[in-house]
Amino acid sequence: MAEGVRARVKVPGNATAGESVVIKTLISHPMESGQRKDSDGNIIPRSIIHRFVCDFNGQNVIDVKMEPAISTNPYFEFEATIPESGDMHFTWYDDDGSVYEKTETVTVG
Amino acid sequence: MMTTSLKTMICTAAMLTLGAGAAAAQTDEKLVVNGETEITTQAPAPAHLDGALDTIYSGWEFRSPATREVQMDDFDNPGMIFVDQARQVWNTADGSEGKSCASCHDDPAQSMKGVRAVYPKWNEDAQEVRTLEMQINDCRTNRMGAEAWGYTDKGMTSMVALISLQSRGMPVNVAIDGPAQSTWEKGKELYYTRTGQLELSCANCHEDHYGDMIRADHLSQGQINGFPVYRLKNAKLNAVHSRFKGCVRDTRAETYKPGSPEFVALELYVASRGNGLDVEAPSVRN
Amino acid sequence: MELTRRGAIALGAGVAATLVLPIRAMASADAAIAEFTGGAEMGEGGLEFITPEIAENGNTVPIEVRAPGATAIAVFATGNPTPKVATFNFGPLAGAQRASTRIRLAGTQDVVAVAKMADGSFVRASNNVKVTIGGCGG
Ligand code: HEC
Ligand code: HEC
Repeated sequence: MAEGVRARVKVPGNATAGESVVIKTLISHPMESGQRKDSDGNIIPRSIIHRFVCDFNGQNVIDVKMEPAISTNPYFEFEATIPESGDMHFTWYDDDGSVYEKTETVTVG
Repeated sequence: MMTTSLKTMICTAAMLTLGAGAAAAQTDEKLVVNGETEITTQAPAPAHLDGALDTIYSGWEFRSPATREVQMDDFDNPGMIFVDQARQVWNTADGSEGKSCASCHDDPAQSMKGVRAVYPKWNEDAQEVRTLEMQINDCRTNRMGAEAWGYTDKGMTSMVALISLQSRGMPVNVAIDGPAQSTWEKGKELYYTRTGQLELSCANCHEDHYGDMIRADHLSQGQINGFPVYRLKNAKLNAVHSRFKGCVRDTRAETYKPGSPEFVALELYVASRGNGLDVEAPSVRN
Repeated sequence: MELTRRGAIALGAGVAATLVLPIRAMASADAAIAEFTGGAEMGEGGLEFITPEIAENGNTVPIEVRAPGATAIAVFATGNPTPKVATFNFGPLAGAQRASTRIRLAGTQDVVAVAKMADGSFVRASNNVKVTIGGCGG
């Protein structure tokens, strides 16, 4: 259903140990609410991303439960503590079973 | 059908109250993208306007603080995600010649710098004024052996955004004389012609009443230096001709088709009313 | 709901129309909040909820929640047909208990944020957002 989904994340490449850094994420997705009708009056079926998770080196930063009231092309901004160098992993879960993933490396030094 | 007529009634009601509301001033805020690219959002009106306007303003100045802010950071601006998509298409071969845009134009940051600022533009070989969309389809069909894109299709509008971005912060400067002049005159005539049951011209709203509230919408000068525009309303990039279509339809007139000679002429004329404002694509509007 | 909204504008042309919420929507918002709190009492303070006073378009309204020490913050749009919006669960590596996103509002209404604090208590914050009906001009 949701084709050509594309994610962007903004993560600083470097941090000092224990620093809290600002993360931004945006993913192209219609977030079809299931409440709109097409031009023939038929309900357009619900198709949303219902969950977004950000982990760093396997530990959770934020886990968001998303409802159809989240706007098209979902955007999140939040903060993460960086204890050591490692990978920040982002996962979006689509209603249709698709999972979109992205990983960024942060270096402490 | 019902929706259209309701909407039009509302627009009419609003027109009657135009001017009654406070003519809110444009903002004093400056548009700086990513804390580095300064964008000129007001400029002295070009000479051809002959005093019809003293100062030209970007539509950005008329939006609410929250909407303005989204455009000030490329990460916050959802229009940029479509630019990313177009960048991928730019590098992907398509058509019988096995070529991509990059095969001939290399890095858009160099090859497309300043292009948006001078479009629509006269094309000598074709003996016509071309919009970016027309030029892109010309490359696709005649040089790549690929199918033309729909004039306001998502892929087309995203590509126009990628190309326009390379001119961000450069002043709009379309040529209105020489071979482009007759097209420009035609566009000007369209701009001032009252259409539809409401008998409104573009100028009635965007020249006579900019700064006023129309319903709850802060009316701008209808400039196109920000196109393609990411609209919060439909959460996608919108092409110039899609906006024209919406505006004409609101006067309850039959609208021209995107890509039609009429809209191409109108685009040239409207672009020229913004000569001096910086290109700010992809911009964000409500 | 759509008709009510449009009707209101035709009468009070140009003014941001205040949507009179059907009682039904309010009730379902209360139920959704109770689902999150388990029916617990909600206090006030310690939860910052930033929303625009006026949103130019209900499709994309920026919001931010911030509650130092919270384990989760849920957001509800009391005037939407389905009031739940999002629940932010903060993990051990959250740098701050704060998050921003963009949401859809079906009209002018109160939006509510509820934070679950580490000690299991709940606090609530509520803001009114006026959604203007723009849109001549396609
Ligand atoms: C086979 C080579 C070739 C390919 C492939 C090609 N172009 Fe072109 N393009 C040209 C040439 C040559 C011109 C100059 C044409 C002219 O002036 O009439 C041009 C002109 C342009 C211009 C106008 C530039 C200006 O300064 O006015 C744009 C915009 C453009 N191309 C976009 C694209 C895009 C987008 C693609 C991919 C979809 C593409 N082109 C693919 C050869 C190519
Ligand atoms: C009934 C009044 C009305 C008429 C007539 C009208 N428009 Fe508009 N137009 C609007 C409104 C309202 C908006 C949205 C607010 C704004 O940006 O001004 C708008 C927006 C625009 C925009 C988007 C500006 C931006 O910064 O993104 C353009 C371009 C535009 N109009 C062009 C035109 C053209 C060209 C015509 C004539 C074919 C026209 N309009 C006729 C009311 C009108």
